Amino acid sequence: MKFLNISSPHATRAGNTGNVMRRVILATIPGIIALTYFFGPGHLIQIALATCVALVCEAAVLKLRHKPILFNLMDYSAVLTAVLLALSLPPYAPFWVTIVATSFAIIVAKQLYGGLGQNPFNPAMIGFALVLVSFPVAMTTSWSAPSELLENGISFGQALELIFSSRETIDAYTMATPLDVYKHQVGIETANEILANPIFTDTSSPATATGWIWVNLAFLAGGLFMLFKGLFTWHIPVSLLGTMGLLSLFIGWDSDQYVPLSLHMLAGATMLGAFFIATDPVTASTTPLGKIIYGGGIGILIYVIRTWGSYPDAVAFAVLLMNFAAPFIDQYTQPRTYGHKTATRGLAKKD
Amino acid sequence: MKQIQLHDFNGGIHPNENKIQSTTLEILNANIPEKLILPIAQHIGAPSNPVVKPGDTVLKGQLIAQGEDFVSCNLHAPTSGTIGEISLQPVPHQSNMTATSIEIITDGKDKWLEHSGLENYLNAEPEQLIKLIQQAGITGLGGAGFPTHVKTSIPASKIDTVIINAAECEPYITSDDMLMREHSQEVIRGIEILCHILKPKQCLIGIENNKPQAIEALQQAIDKLESNAYHIQVASIPTKYPSGGEKQLIQILTGQEVPNGGLPADIGVLLQNVGTAHAIYQAIDKGEPLISRITTVTGDACQQPRNYRVLFGTQVKDLLAQANTNLSKVSRLVMGGPMMGITLQDTNTPVVKTTNCLIAASKHELPDPAQEQACIRCGMCTQACPAQLLPQQLYWFSKSSNLEQAKAHNIGDCIECGACSYVCPSNIPLVQYYRFAKGEIRQANADKLKSDGAKKRFDTRTARLEREQAEKDAKRKARSEAAAKKQAEKKAQEAANPTPAADSNTVAEIDIAALQKKLDATKLGIEKSKTKLAEAIASDSDKVEILQGALEKAQTKMKDLALKIAQAKKASKATPEATDPASETDPLIALKEKVLAAKTRMEKAQERLNMAKEQNLDTVDALQMGVDKQKAKLDAAQKTLEEASQ
Ligand code: SF4
Ligand code: SF4
Repeated sequence: MKFLNISSPHATRAGNTGNVMRRVILATIPGIIALTYFFGPGHLIQIALATCVALVCEAAVLKLRHKPILFNLMDYSAVLTAVLLALSLPPYAPFWVTIVATSFAIIVAKQLYGGLGQNPFNPAMIGFALVLVSFPVAMTTSWSAPSELLENGISFGQALELIFSSRETIDAYTMATPLDVYKHQVGIETANEILANPIFTDTSSPATATGWIWVNLAFLAGGLFMLFKGLFTWHIPVSLLGTMGLLSLFIGWDSDQYVPLSLHMLAGATMLGAFFIATDPVTASTTPLGKIIYGGGIGILIYVIRTWGSYPDAVAFAVLLMNFAAPFIDQYTQPRTYGHKTATRGLAKKD
Repeated sequence: MKQIQLHDFNGGIHPNENKIQSTTLEILNANIPEKLILPIAQHIGAPSNPVVKPGDTVLKGQLIAQGEDFVSCNLHAPTSGTIGEISLQPVPHQSNMTATSIEIITDGKDKWLEHSGLENYLNAEPEQLIKLIQQAGITGLGGAGFPTHVKTSIPASKIDTVIINAAECEPYITSDDMLMREHSQEVIRGIEILCHILKPKQCLIGIENNKPQAIEALQQAIDKLESNAYHIQVASIPTKYPSGGEKQLIQILTGQEVPNGGLPADIGVLLQNVGTAHAIYQAIDKGEPLISRITTVTGDACQQPRNYRVLFGTQVKDLLAQANTNLSKVSRLVMGGPMMGITLQDTNTPVVKTTNCLIAASKHELPDPAQEQACIRCGMCTQACPAQLLPQQLYWFSKSSNLEQAKAHNIGDCIECGACSYVCPSNIPLVQYYRFAKGEIRQANADKLKSDGAKKRFDTRTARLEREQAEKDAKRKARSEAAAKKQAEKKAQEAANPTPAADSNTVAEIDIAALQKKLDATKLGIEKSKTKLAEAIASDSDKVEILQGALEKAQTKMKDLALKIAQAKKASKATPEATDPASETDPLIALKEKVLAAKTRMEKAQERLNMAKEQNLDTVDALQMGVDKQKAKLDAAQKTLEEASQ
């Protein structure tokens, strides 16, 4: 008889990368439901579209690279990139925006760098940043108003039409996002005047945005689920939200001059960014201390760009900028190995 | 009694325990098999030296191999019988290697050698106890098999805390658990003896809280002690792999870390396995050497998993047969635990001193490794690593053979616990990568050492040659001057008083005698170095090359000397004054002698050839050639003799 000849360990936990990715996708479901409830079926269509594009692109590149196609598609990483990208895009962005963003994310940002695990930048955010810079009009005029503010909401057919063919009626449905509105009005109006806008909920203190608050809470719930399941550690989201919170407390305490804390936290892509995008393991820092620095860096950058930059939301740029720094951070935040007095800092010197 | 303050260690995992299966039945004495195979190297250190020969009869407990060095270990006959062959046999090793082993054909009588223990160990000096432990051939029964007498020889003043490792954190293994349940008093007694040797301030038994019965039993045994002079205490620790790792257990119980590159003794700690404590009890109180151990036999393919007291040398196949194992169901045969054990290929492999478990695993329980996926840098490995390393970084560095960075990231501190591989969602066999990198680093170090050594040797050689040349020159000069002087003197003398020349014959004789002596010494040296070389080759030592070099050198030296003797002889013969007609041998006799010598030589060669043929050695061809050569020489000699005598 022939016994397996293999060195230890012999026991391993069941599962594979696909399980991890699927769970992350699963965790986005509360957020997707909230988005669909408040902003119509736009995101559902975008997710379907982006997923198809991502899978086709991924398969094509895998074929070109002579890699097993099905085996690699089954790791669900392309699907996850597509889902996160689609959730970041405005729900009624024209289809070509989605296609450009997704294919660029998969082909250039992921596969050209060597595929899963090798890409230094978050592919979804690269795709998002590309279309944000290239097609600013399409990107800023495609957020729908919360369906409560629309007479009949948006039907599935209308959504399809908006995305794939005629965009003539788009103005009837879309509206600037709350962060955008607050940011641009705060110079002219007082907080109370701004909050009179129906995209904010009536209760003026603390200021919250209609619909967005639930979307963010839903993503927060999904994020806590992943944290509980051990898919990532607390370091990145906590330090990201913590620095953002502290900054808006210390700098932006005056809601007549700055966007208030409650809007920073519960409007825009904050929770999606903190729990689903900044925690993308491939492109984040991996050491415990490094993750805190990395998350904190993103938090600072989001606040800075939102407050003084020209973009109302800033998750994508903040994440990409910190992606640059992640390998470097890792080298200087190695944990102290058991039995060593100090931790190693930096790479070994070549002699 | 004061509460023990427990500490946590970084990382760790909770694999399925699979311990229940083998704890339902009590420990059973395994059958005495027909033969036992006892490797002479079951411990860390020099292999022991067999002191028996094939055909000897031995009694149970009789010494069959003696520890070669201080860091080595005695080996005793586990039962009575006859020594079979001493040969290379498969031993437990991941590489399926073979090693020198002593075979015992058992006689089934299991007859003990006369033995007795100490009446009261308290009257004995620690040195005496250590001596007895050494004689009993005790090694650590938990992991690596480090000789216990070496470990306990540490000055007692250095040790504050003795820790008894009863954590048994690896899944499946229950041998220590069952030992403690059934022999708790003996275990405690062994621990007391250990404490008597080391005089610690406290003694903690670290045991995972998944063994409530064992904890209870130990506690009862401790409560029964008349005086607990060394404060022996049971410390129930949370179940988490690898809490039984030496460094981790020390961290849990003392909160201290063993300094990098240091020993537990550096922080006043000495760690012994609980099974070892029991072996110490047996050696001191009963005078029994270490000849058996408790081994868990388990796994899905095994119909009745349980623990056996197994004689060392029992082949795995015999043990599996006794446990009713369905071999066709076994996909992976693991010796040790599922996290750090090795796989066996050959069921002839024997149980040795460190064999705590045997898992006959089906494909279902230990599936074939899943296909490796890309590392997604998820950091789950980092969270699991008890050594606080960055496994995924080590993985990238190992994969790219970037040894510098791997070293800088402390790959040497990896204890190969396998926690990282266990959690990795991409199913990357991380530990295998680390083993590869560690091997590469070792190789690079060895190469560097070698090249450094070679350079040093070269430098010293050049220096020596230069010095010798200078000395030679000086001598030559002195000689020629002396000769010139002598010549002058001689001339003067001759002129004054013509006498026969100096007795150069005696001088030559003395020279020859001295040379002969040197030659003999060299020959002896060569013999010695030959045996050493053989040993080194057998034990796969890295000294082989050095020894070979030395041997070659000695051989050239011998040739040189022989040549010199021959020259000297010739010279002395050639000296006219030496020509003594009586000593002049008859050419015929000389030839006859030559023929005779050639004959014996040839017979010897023939004998060797036959032997080699019998043992089927691969030297047969070479020897055959030698015989042919000798024969040709003999023929030639005979021919000359015939010609001469005609
Ligand atoms: S657990 Fe595996 S996939 Fe995750 S970082 Fe470690 S090596 Fe990479
Ligand atoms: S095998 Fe080495 S790197 Fe992996 S968890 Fe254990 S100590 Fe850490």
